[in-house]
Amino acid sequence: MANYSLKINGKNYQVDADSDTPILWVLRDHVGLLGTKYGCGIAQCGACTIHVNGTAVRSCIIPVSNIGSQSITTIEGLSKKGDHPLQKAWREYDVPQCGYCQSGQIMSAASFLEHNPDPTDDEIETAMHGNICRCGTYNRIKAAIKMAAGS
Amino acid sequence: MTLIKTSYNRRSFLKATAATGGGLVLGFNWMAGCTAPGDTPSLPSEWFNINAFLKIGDNGMVTIMSPNPEIGQNVKTSMPMIVAEELDVAWKNVIVEQAPLNTESFTRQVAGGSQSLRSSWNGLRMAGATARKMLVNAAAEQWGVSPDDCKVDKGIITNSQGQSLTYGEVASAAAGMEVPEEVELKDPSEFKLIGTDVKNVDLEGIITGKPLFGLDLKKEGMQYAVVARPPSFGLKLKSFNDAQTRAVNGVNDVIEFGNKIAVLADNTWAAMKGQKALQIEWEVEGKLENTREHDEALLKLLNTPAEEPRRKDGDVKAAFAAADQIIERIYEAPFLPHSCLEPMNFYANVTDEKVELIGPIQTPEWTRNRVAELLTREVSEISLDMTRMGGGFGRRLYGDYVLEAAEISSLAGKPVQVIFTREDDMGAGTYRPASKYKFKAAIKDGKMTAYHLVGAGVNMGNSTRENNFPAGTLDNYLVESHNLESNITTGAWRAPVTNFLAFAEQAFIDEVAHAIGIDPVQFRLDLFERARTNPVGELGYDPDKSIGVIKLAAEKSGWGQPKDGVYQGFSTYYSHNTYVAEVADMAMENGVPVVKKVTCALDCGIVVNRDAAINMVEGGVVDGIGHAMFGDFTFENGQAQQRNFDSYHLIRMREAPAVEAHFVESYNDPTGLGEPTLPPAGGAIANAKFAATGERWYSQPFMKQQKILG
Repeated sequence: MANYSLKINGKNYQVDADSDTPILWVLRDHVGLLGTKYGCGIAQCGACTIHVNGTAVRSCIIPVSNIGSQSITTIEGLSKKGDHPLQKAWREYDVPQCGYCQSGQIMSAASFLEHNPDPTDDEIETAMHGNICRCGTYNRIKAAIKMAAGS
Repeated sequence: MTLIKTSYNRRSFLKATAATGGGLVLGFNWMAGCTAPGDTPSLPSEWFNINAFLKIGDNGMVTIMSPNPEIGQNVKTSMPMIVAEELDVAWKNVIVEQAPLNTESFTRQVAGGSQSLRSSWNGLRMAGATARKMLVNAAAEQWGVSPDDCKVDKGIITNSQGQSLTYGEVASAAAGMEVPEEVELKDPSEFKLIGTDVKNVDLEGIITGKPLFGLDLKKEGMQYAVVARPPSFGLKLKSFNDAQTRAVNGVNDVIEFGNKIAVLADNTWAAMKGQKALQIEWEVEGKLENTREHDEALLKLLNTPAEEPRRKDGDVKAAFAAADQIIERIYEAPFLPHSCLEPMNFYANVTDEKVELIGPIQTPEWTRNRVAELLTREVSEISLDMTRMGGGFGRRLYGDYVLEAAEISSLAGKPVQVIFTREDDMGAGTYRPASKYKFKAAIKDGKMTAYHLVGAGVNMGNSTRENNFPAGTLDNYLVESHNLESNITTGAWRAPVTNFLAFAEQAFIDEVAHAIGIDPVQFRLDLFERARTNPVGELGYDPDKSIGVIKLAAEKSGWGQPKDGVYQGFSTYYSHNTYVAEVADMAMENGVPVVKKVTCALDCGIVVNRDAAINMVEGGVVDGIGHAMFGDFTFENGQAQQRNFDSYHLIRMREAPAVEAHFVESYNDPTGLGEPTLPPAGGAIANAKFAATGERWYSQPFMKQQKILG
């Protein structure tokens, strides 16, 4: 057990957790941010995707002790008013079915578009390959990403 | 305009006297009606309960309860839409709340069988229509005019003298009016909301990460419970050592129950670590089964005559004896886990006063009754609130995990949330049964003259759908089914039986068409035409509707004139009251067949929420293709060999084709979309694969066979 100072969505948090606790569970159980989801625990489904220093990572396999002073962004902090271009596009295409994978999808896509603002379909499919949607909303996710890229 | 008696489930339309009318709120304020940030509707200062389904605020806002569990099929939007249509309110003034389990007020609070809209259509309409009538009666009374003199448009009541009142202004009076004996329902041609595109009521919450799902529930004093279950079917708990588990920081309890051990902790990670740290000895109690044995046993059953056929028309034996050509093929399917992305979980708090159950469940009423039985408590002492579910697919029909939570909470004397890890979830499933089918057809003088199907499935009971196509289309027809018993737990998986049978049947029909030398679509049309005009025996389907979707799919896909390099495959299936036909467009890319697009035509009656319906069509097709192509699940010594998404392949974005949906325009009552577009998908791509390569797939997952073929 140790104490960690974490920068999450622009705020500072003090957390007591075992050093091997994945940051996913620190977010969900210790900080109370529940938008980041658990799907597999082995970085195969993408539901746990957050940004660390602006880059998408799978929070289920990163121990809290590895975070240090890096800043974390979760879905809750992606925008103040739910108006990130991806969130706007997600509304336009009414993407979700069950919705469970969607915050991970958005976080993966957001980081991707930061680094590649004008992607081809093939590049989108490659970037999003790590995000499973069990309900099959892939075509809408792709359309929303293209719309956000174009905006 | 339809006149309907409100005696149907009248309790729902009586004034809700007590009742907050509110369902579960996971620490989040539902503002479902608004679709853009900043578009927050102003809440009323007072709510008036009109009936179990809806309450109206003094400012005209309406809260509509969504009765059924939400698994992603979007009934949480479409069911309230139906109420709102007959109520005649502007959708932007509607807030939707999830109703708790309430058997006094609601019927069939179930997510299963694609029946929500179909079975609740009239009830939902009546809920809206009776409320509307009461509001109009209240306004008419206030004005001293006849209700017949009043009109309603989007929550505003007017009379011929030009006076107007809003629903908000008469809500209080309406709440005190008599529930009418009869109401008029709109004619479907008058619908203003039904048939339009309405955004998912939880869209805002989903895209901003609000806590909507069972796993997101947090309650004061709650313990997280991760359970060690037998690693193989056929094992019994012998003994265990929990010293290392108790040493894990945060672990508070280790509880043995039945054949399992629960580790209770202050947080999820500690509970997961604690479960892994258990040192358990298991002993063999039952059979340790494996896939090889299942395969052998199923194949043997395919060659065994059944004691009683499922259906027998004419004389297939004689027809085979007289045939010019006989085609016989075997199709094989593995078990499949459901793989809901949100793993199984449930919250239970068992105290002397009451039992509180909260979480994701497709069968809340049945499950609550089972909990009552398990704990020997009165049903009236047990509340059940349904959270949004990260997928259901049939797994959450079985409240095994709810019973676990209730039992653990009862033993621990604490509120408990049971959480399955992905490995737990995949290992302790209620799997889609492994099955095999043998089809045999006789061809004589260019016609199919006999059809003999034998099905065999693990714990499946009837592995066939004997009154479905092609029953009725030919004189000599025999269907038999065998059951192979197993201690592996199986259950309903999206479109039970038909999720594989449809592929096998439609691939086989294609092969017969090819042998005869007739276009596969024409072949089916001819068969359905026979059923339409001169059927043999009972038909479990409407040939007219089948013909309708076949023709629509053929038209919209450009069947018979595919673009260069595109190979098409056709499939049609009727399931869960909805008719579907699909055409898969396949292209060869670097020698590999790739599905580019699926054109789907369907007849589901009135389409309630059009864009959401299209989303469901896409989802069913992608699901069907994904599992047909990649889903492989095997057992060795009773143990599932695939435990997570590294070894079990779910379809991903790159592998999903484009999907186009076309609805037969209809005023028939709506039928469901949760399952129907899945069954035809496998056959469509398998038949396209044949068109592209001249080779056929006979077993799923297709990619396994593909690898073997090099």
